[in-house]
Amino acid sequence: MGKPVKRVEAPLTESVIKLLRTGDEVLLSGTIYTARDMAHARLVKMIKAKDKLPFEAEGSVIYYVGPSPARAGRVIGSAGPTTSYRMDSFVSSMFDAGMKGMIGKGSRSEEVKKLIKENCGIYFGATGGAAALISGSIVESEIVAFSELGTEAVRRLKVINLPLLVVNDCYGGDLYTEGVEQYRRL
Amino acid sequence: MTREIDVKEITDAVKEMSIEANTVAGCDLRKALAVSLEKEESPLGKAVLRQLLENQKIAEEEKIPICQDTGFTVIYMEIGMDVRFTDGSLTDAVNRGVREGYSEGFLRKSIVRDPLTNPVNTGDNTPAIIHTDLVSGSSVKITLMPKGGGAENMSRIKMMKPSDGVRGVRDFILETVSLAGGNPCPPIIIGVGVGGTFDYVAYLAKRSLLRKIGERNRDPELAALEKSFLIEVNKLGIGPGGVGGRITALDLFLEVFPRHIATFPVAVNIQCNAARVKTRLL
Repeated sequence: MGKPVKRVEAPLTESVIKLLRTGDEVLLSGTIYTARDMAHARLVKMIKAKDKLPFEAEGSVIYYVGPSPARAGRVIGSAGPTTSYRMDSFVSSMFDAGMKGMIGKGSRSEEVKKLIKENCGIYFGATGGAAALISGSIVESEIVAFSELGTEAVRRLKVINLPLLVVNDCYGGDLYTEGVEQYRRL
Repeated sequence: MTREIDVKEITDAVKEMSIEANTVAGCDLRKALAVSLEKEESPLGKAVLRQLLENQKIAEEEKIPICQDTGFTVIYMEIGMDVRFTDGSLTDAVNRGVREGYSEGFLRKSIVRDPLTNPVNTGDNTPAIIHTDLVSGSSVKITLMPKGGGAENMSRIKMMKPSDGVRGVRDFILETVSLAGGNPCPPIIIGVGVGGTFDYVAYLAKRSLLRKIGERNRDPELAALEKSFLIEVNKLGIGPGGVGGRITALDLFLEVFPRHIATFPVAVNIQCNAARVKTRLL
């Protein structure tokens, strides 16, 4: 540890992704998009039908989150990550559409880990349960699709210094596996 | 003496408790996370714990939810037998309280009406899950626990064999926590039910999560088992946020009930690091 925190801009490029390694602490700034269960089902249907997506998918970072409603004067409510494995089956199509990064919590399937490597993508972990803290990094929020889904709508977020960890890098590293191995005593 | 309680009092209590539970972390949880920060050896694990402590402060100061998943509202009521409710149905009064609390408190509405065929959001986080117990006396004790989906998803139940015994329960707990990994937002709290029936054992496991962190089972033998299971869970290495570390769980609660000679039901209900419980006596 004691490694410097890396500052990263979204959307992502492959040259930036290649500089990031499992276990790195990252502060992410730029434009990202939210999508969770229902939005993914719809987006992947659109991708398979070759329809245009409601946002610029090239290099995009998708944040798995369903925020709480914003109080008056606030950009967004609390906005911590939801569990990522529920989106595993959608990852292949999302990569096909141009997505490069994902933000969530919890481990991914072997299939997704392979896809991350093959597509030079990246999976970041945000701290589950730190939703109020995370909302402080979100400076703009706008619904870009599926507003009828409420919290599950797709939102464009502008973030400044969103605190993340690199979980799965493009080299096959996996923080959850490596971290647990290091501290397991049973 | 019969005591009349207007159900509006129930509505108001549930509304206020919904907002308070979701925005103000309990003292026991704050203390447990602070102690964990001192014990944790993993630098990344420590960073996660620091974020969680800071998060609790921000949530309380800015009156926003500790976690965006403000849960399924689970409500336990101990109703004195001398109480008579007036002015409407108790169930309606509770659900009205949830509706008002989740709207006025800017809490997320996470419940869909028809789970299987038409999962459309009910828009007000109702219905609540309501458990009632009749007790002696003339007061009403309401306990409210908003239960998040991520940790609930990692909970498991098993109809084991009577011969599996303590060792079987231990193995099932460790297996459940291992499979959950970082998914349920560790450090977690583990509610374990043993005995009863298929449905009742899950109730026991969930109900155990109403205890304060550090509160042991009154039976000394069960209390000793709680301690030893917790020590073993914390050897799994999952750590805060699942990034590796010593503190995988803050506590483990065991609740038991007599069982049928042929059955040995065990349930493990996982609670996340945003464990939220509020109690009020009317």
